[in-house]
Amino acid sequence: MKSTDLEKVASQVRRDIVRMVHGVASGHPGGSLGCTDLLVSLYFEAMDLKTDEQDSVVFDMSGSGEDMFFLSNGHISPVLYSVLARRGYFPVSELATFRKLDSRLQGHPATAEHLPGIRIASGSLGQGLSAAAGAAYGKKLRKDPHLVYCLMGDGEQQEGQIWEAASFIPHRQLDNLIAFVDFNGQQIDGPTDVVLNNRDLGKKYEAFGWTVLHMDGNDLTDVAATLKKAKQASGKGSPICIIMKTEMGQGVDFMMHTHKWHGTAPNNEQLAAALAQLDETLGDY
Amino acid sequence: MRTYTFTEKKDTRSGFGAGMAELGRKNPDVVALCADLVASLKLDTFIKENPERFIQCGIAEANMIGVAAGLTLSGLIPFATTFANFGSSRVYDQIRQAVAYSNKNVKICVSHAGLTLGEDGATHQVLEDIGMMKSLPGMTVINPCDFNQTKAATIAIADYEGPVYLRFGRPVVPNFTPADQPFEIGKAIVLNEGADVSIFATGHLVWQALEAGKLLVEQGIDAEIINIHTIKPLDKEAILKSIYKTGCAVTAEEHQMNGGLGDSVAQVLSLNHPAPLEMVAVNDSFGESGTPDQLMEKYGLTAASIVAKALAVIQRKK
Repeated sequence: MKSTDLEKVASQVRRDIVRMVHGVASGHPGGSLGCTDLLVSLYFEAMDLKTDEQDSVVFDMSGSGEDMFFLSNGHISPVLYSVLARRGYFPVSELATFRKLDSRLQGHPATAEHLPGIRIASGSLGQGLSAAAGAAYGKKLRKDPHLVYCLMGDGEQQEGQIWEAASFIPHRQLDNLIAFVDFNGQQIDGPTDVVLNNRDLGKKYEAFGWTVLHMDGNDLTDVAATLKKAKQASGKGSPICIIMKTEMGQGVDFMMHTHKWHGTAPNNEQLAAALAQLDETLGDY
Repeated sequence: MRTYTFTEKKDTRSGFGAGMAELGRKNPDVVALCADLVASLKLDTFIKENPERFIQCGIAEANMIGVAAGLTLSGLIPFATTFANFGSSRVYDQIRQAVAYSNKNVKICVSHAGLTLGEDGATHQVLEDIGMMKSLPGMTVINPCDFNQTKAATIAIADYEGPVYLRFGRPVVPNFTPADQPFEIGKAIVLNEGADVSIFATGHLVWQALEAGKLLVEQGIDAEIINIHTIKPLDKEAILKSIYKTGCAVTAEEHQMNGGLGDSVAQVLSLNHPAPLEMVAVNDSFGESGTPDQLMEKYGLTAASIVAKALAVIQRKK
């Protein structure tokens, strides 16, 4: 997909995010908006996904013969749900059920309701990288050459389990795994370096044995180029970690440059102000 | 009283190791994971014969549980192994979210459960794991009684689709279960039929219950002894069938009274057929260092305790 087309999808996904969160007056718009460009780039361009004869995506829990994506920071479920729906995993109309009773779109991603595209629950932080490691290990044992992607938050790097997985993955030479850290520098209680300073995450991952790349996660051209570079670096003995600089709330001016929209829903006026900044490119749900 | 004999005493963890060795040969999807306790879990044969299907995780149990959950996606059957304390309380949130809630086909197999871990003391003697695990929706909880039963259970859970917590231990205990007895998950085993009192025992306490049965015969009491190797799903039918006959029960386990087998049996009785119940279990206390036998004696997990509780509960029958 051309980057202008990816831009269109991203704009619609951002509209979906603010509308979903507004619709239920809860959820996490900030990180969702910040990671929109990455998820759109992955699902609409970079990932090799299973499709049928009509070229529609087909969800297979096993993920065999295709690339897999794991969302470790499950609270940014709005962006994942929107991208999955827009990519064709389930009807776009279902986005209206987000966080409501009897919905498949739980507050945090879950498998119990069998939502296509979700392979494991996430929400309690720090666990996704381990699950991705298991999936990548499974691909090695099954001799499946496809890749496993995993997105984590930067606040989430404070969880100890992340560093258990960060040791395990290079030690086991899982060079079919590409991890992202959403480096937006914000978490619920304030700036990440004030709450609990992560120091230099790139150097940390390097010290653990990863190949580390950096990118501007809100620049579709840079995302495409870095994903290409990461794929080329895969299969060479080391896993790849991409430190992805993003702006929490990207695309909605009043949600940017603050941690305040981490987990807050816009009211009616704020919704209108947000939507005025985001083109409706694919039709609202 | 039916007589049970054994030719040797063996540890249940070796039963697990033997089961894994057999699974390694017959099921190519079985993968073993361990957190730096290979010798304690008796995984040597499995690893020697299937080195590519063994994943050493190091002292990083939380990651091990997540890796196991991820492995299930490609149809592999991961057996995640460590000490019971580190495979339950240390990683409860990981088991809850990545295994139970996500309904992944992970087998959490843990040794050194309970007081009989011995000299290492209370930091390692988990007595709360059955309670934690049975609280999780969809989790199967198994606590076999001897070498042969642990081996059979290990093999059986590979054929069952869903999360399982398999708990066993360190000391040698009489190996009386027939080697060819198939293991049926959730199906209690009546070891002795009796009319005066039901004794529901699990794990290492099953042999103690048989010893208690013999002592009770000397006092003219005819005890029904049932091996509850699966705590969840609990064989309610077998429990009620026995209680309709005897009218009272004793439970026996190497676990806290809170959350253990006794709790589960109490629930079945009060919801269906209230009857006097006494429990042989650790009573809201941590363990301590000592030999397994000393600890079982001090904390009252013995045949003599079961006898005393049986006599007391019979008195409570109207």
